[in-house]
Amino acid sequence: MSTVATLLGELTPAYWQSTLVRVLIIGILVPTGALILAIVFLFKVMAWMQSRLGPYEAGPKGLLQLVAEVGKWLQKEDLIPQGADKIVFKAAPFIILASTFVLYAAIPAGPDPAIAANVPTGIYFILAVSSVSVIGVLMAGWASSNKYALIGGIRAAGQLIAYELPMVLAAVGVVVLAGSLNLQDIVHAQAGFFAFGDWGPALPFIVVQLPLFIVFMSAVQAELTQAPFDMPIAESEIVSGYQVEYSGFRFLVFFLAEFATAFGFAAIVSTLFLGGWYLPIPGLADDLQSGWWYLLGPIILFTKVMIVSFIIFWVRFTYPRFREDQLQKLAWKWLIPISLVWITVTSVAVVVWQ
Amino acid sequence: MSSPETVTDSDAPAEEAPRDAGREETLAQFTDVFGDAVVGSHIRPGDDLWIRVTRDVWPDVHDFASRRLGFTYFSFLSGIDWLPSPFGRDMDSQEDIVVHGIEPKPLPAMATGYAGGDTRFQVFSRLNSTTAFTGVTFKTDLPDDDLSVRTLTPTFLGASWHEREAAEMFGFTFSGHPYPVKLYLPGAFEGYPLRKDFPLLSRRVKPWPGIVDVEPMPGSDEPEGEGE
Amino acid sequence: MTAIVPDSQQRAYVAAKAADARVNLEFESEGMTLNIGPQHPATHGTLRIVAKLDGEQVTSCEPVPGYMHRGYEKLSEVRTYPQVTTLVNRLDWVGSFANEVPFILAAEKLMDVEAPPRAQHIRTILFEMSRLANIVLFLGDLGAQMGGVTAVFYGFRDREFVLNQIEAVTGGRFHPNFDRIGGLKDDLPKGWIAETKVAMKKVADFCDEIEDLLIANEIFQLRSRGVGVIPADIGLSYGLSGANLRASGVDWDTRRDNCAPGLVYDKVDWKVITHPDGDCFARCWVRLQEVRESVRICEQLLDTVPAGPIMAKVPRIIKVPEGESYVETENPLGVMGYYVVSKGDLNPFRLKIRTPSFNNISVVPWVARGVYVPDVITILASLYFILGDIDK
Repeated sequence: MSTVATLLGELTPAYWQSTLVRVLIIGILVPTGALILAIVFLFKVMAWMQSRLGPYEAGPKGLLQLVAEVGKWLQKEDLIPQGADKIVFKAAPFIILASTFVLYAAIPAGPDPAIAANVPTGIYFILAVSSVSVIGVLMAGWASSNKYALIGGIRAAGQLIAYELPMVLAAVGVVVLAGSLNLQDIVHAQAGFFAFGDWGPALPFIVVQLPLFIVFMSAVQAELTQAPFDMPIAESEIVSGYQVEYSGFRFLVFFLAEFATAFGFAAIVSTLFLGGWYLPIPGLADDLQSGWWYLLGPIILFTKVMIVSFIIFWVRFTYPRFREDQLQKLAWKWLIPISLVWITVTSVAVVVWQ
Repeated sequence: MSSPETVTDSDAPAEEAPRDAGREETLAQFTDVFGDAVVGSHIRPGDDLWIRVTRDVWPDVHDFASRRLGFTYFSFLSGIDWLPSPFGRDMDSQEDIVVHGIEPKPLPAMATGYAGGDTRFQVFSRLNSTTAFTGVTFKTDLPDDDLSVRTLTPTFLGASWHEREAAEMFGFTFSGHPYPVKLYLPGAFEGYPLRKDFPLLSRRVKPWPGIVDVEPMPGSDEPEGEGE
Repeated sequence: MTAIVPDSQQRAYVAAKAADARVNLEFESEGMTLNIGPQHPATHGTLRIVAKLDGEQVTSCEPVPGYMHRGYEKLSEVRTYPQVTTLVNRLDWVGSFANEVPFILAAEKLMDVEAPPRAQHIRTILFEMSRLANIVLFLGDLGAQMGGVTAVFYGFRDREFVLNQIEAVTGGRFHPNFDRIGGLKDDLPKGWIAETKVAMKKVADFCDEIEDLLIANEIFQLRSRGVGVIPADIGLSYGLSGANLRASGVDWDTRRDNCAPGLVYDKVDWKVITHPDGDCFARCWVRLQEVRESVRICEQLLDTVPAGPIMAKVPRIIKVPEGESYVETENPLGVMGYYVVSKGDLNPFRLKIRTPSFNNISVVPWVARGVYVPDVITILASLYFILGDIDK
């Protein structure tokens, strides 16, 4: 096994080969496979919480539920309302999907090559890209030529923009501790906790940044427009809001984008607060460049993503939804002040113990 | 409300009918205030009170009942058309075999119900008291050439929907109603469905097939009537 | 040769356009008109609410019922009395045994027939069970209207226990058609009482669960406290009934106060629950407690079912003597009453059905002024209507 590891370590392929490997394996195959596994697992959790039967009965052990779900949406008629702005209407779902998949590109699943794009301004890039989806939502809301969609789109605009700020501020606390915007550096910072002097053992940032973790999770819930923040898609009021005129494959794209974004954000949360692909396994804890991490890193990250997304969906199925003004109040009066205060505390602590 | 104890007289019950002091007192309060406008009444002892008034005091009676007598709860308002239906009962029962070519029975004369009545159409409403737990039913006659009466909405806001429904179903007009638009029926509907001379179209299209199969009443074994 | 459009059709088209324009003209001319319904997940059926919006705020709001008007009052004039029960089942279709009861009691009053004690007792048990079926659905549906969709599944799952028991005795889950003038159609099957007691326990557990999941939830309270306050005098003037009125503080329950003869509530120990606030939360809370009281009533009644016949002696062909009678009972949705005018015939001369949801929904224009769109849904959810009940 060590020869394989040294071989992998000594591999310095040509640029186009490594790009191909990265795009194929890291950019497409692995996320898609992980996505499918994750969705199957999540459907089962949903079914367990809500006593639904599909994910337990469809196919052996309920594994065909996803096939049934996708098949159902694909066989529906592709409708475009008469007064809709066709180009904008068709483009909206794909903008949201595109922003989600670009998000996956910057998340580290292991030491250096196991990341599709090691952007120096990692977290900043991710947050910027994820806010492109707001444009897609607004486009969907406007182009549907439907009053419900318009209301949903406008609500989404207010909500998503309002919750960008808590998300960014929560990430700032982590960045201050880690000393870098780069996601790999953040993982390394959690691996060897050197912000407060030579601390030594690994410490995931959630321990010292718990308020920011809660703020970030709330903001993530709002960015995903999931209950309790699902005003834009309030099903019992505006009947799917900005998604109301979409059916068939286009709705499937929205659906996929929702799950994919959920896992993407869960991966970001795990990276920022839970330690990313690193776990202090005895024997490997100090050797961050070992070949074993190429195998264990993705698995560890996947597990953490599962845990975080379980929490996200658990909250989704339990709470009723906030009203618009209550939602905005929560963001502006609570989440932003808390994060500002904690950033100040963190900065002071870093300077004091540096 | 309980009849006095009579041990021996078996033909005394006609005079010893139970009396309802509470309801009689309520009726007396109306006759005291409105005098001749109270043109009819009926009390079923222990059960209910009917008062028929003239058209012009219709809202005043309700106002009085609500403010002075504590009948603050508005239950419903509707109309009755006392004309016997010219279409008969469209039923193939042993009583009414129009379909089989036998002479149709002559229509009975028009007769009104409790508290009397002189016209074909009556408006009736019911108020409850949520403290004394009784109710009173008011009726008023509407002359055939002027089916209108003043609205109750100033006193009872809830009368609005009931009056709209009565208006579209019978053709009444409630003068002073804030929003006299049809409630149930679509805007283009012609006719007044709950009038007796408005035919039940489903029975015109497909006559009643007769009693086909009927389960026996509990306690008996043979079914009633035969199939066609 | 051009197609000739019939005159009446042309007039109908123009009149329909005019009717729609009239609905819009009554309101101010700014803002957006939003049609909530007739197809909408929040309205229990085809209720259309025309809301004039100013941003997210409702400036005026008018329900337009009648999409499901079936003409029961006209139909019942050609039905015999037992046949009217079939029609009337379909008014409030989630607690449908309860619709038959006031009508049967009104006819029994005119015929001067009294059902035997066993029939009265079982009638009351089934009446309370239809209340359970109805309000358990309401509690589940509350979650759906607010966004906590898990509650719906629990509501439907736990309602099945009650519906199974109703089916065991009447043969129908949704439309039992079981009440007869003079008693009931059939007697109880063997073992029914024991099974129903088990079902009652499950409903009691559901109440605790829903209270934890939904009623005690902070977001639910945030959404429903202080929203849609109906003062008691407005409620009385509009004719609200049932839990809606008791949540505004009016202590009136037809089961206790003017109970129709034929139901045995005076033999049971139970209490009436009121709440002073009159907001959406109060209405939901009162209904939750009412379910618990109903379970208590049912358990007491199940322990004391008297023996005896299930049907009084009534003639085979039922002709109700001439007269008028009105009976109202405390149905799950509110106070339901039937005004029967009889001319000594086989069928009623005039049947006026006083349905609770008709009055309950007529208060919406008054309540939903100046609230947000989500609050309109919350108010509708808390007033709780069934469309068959509004639209007879």
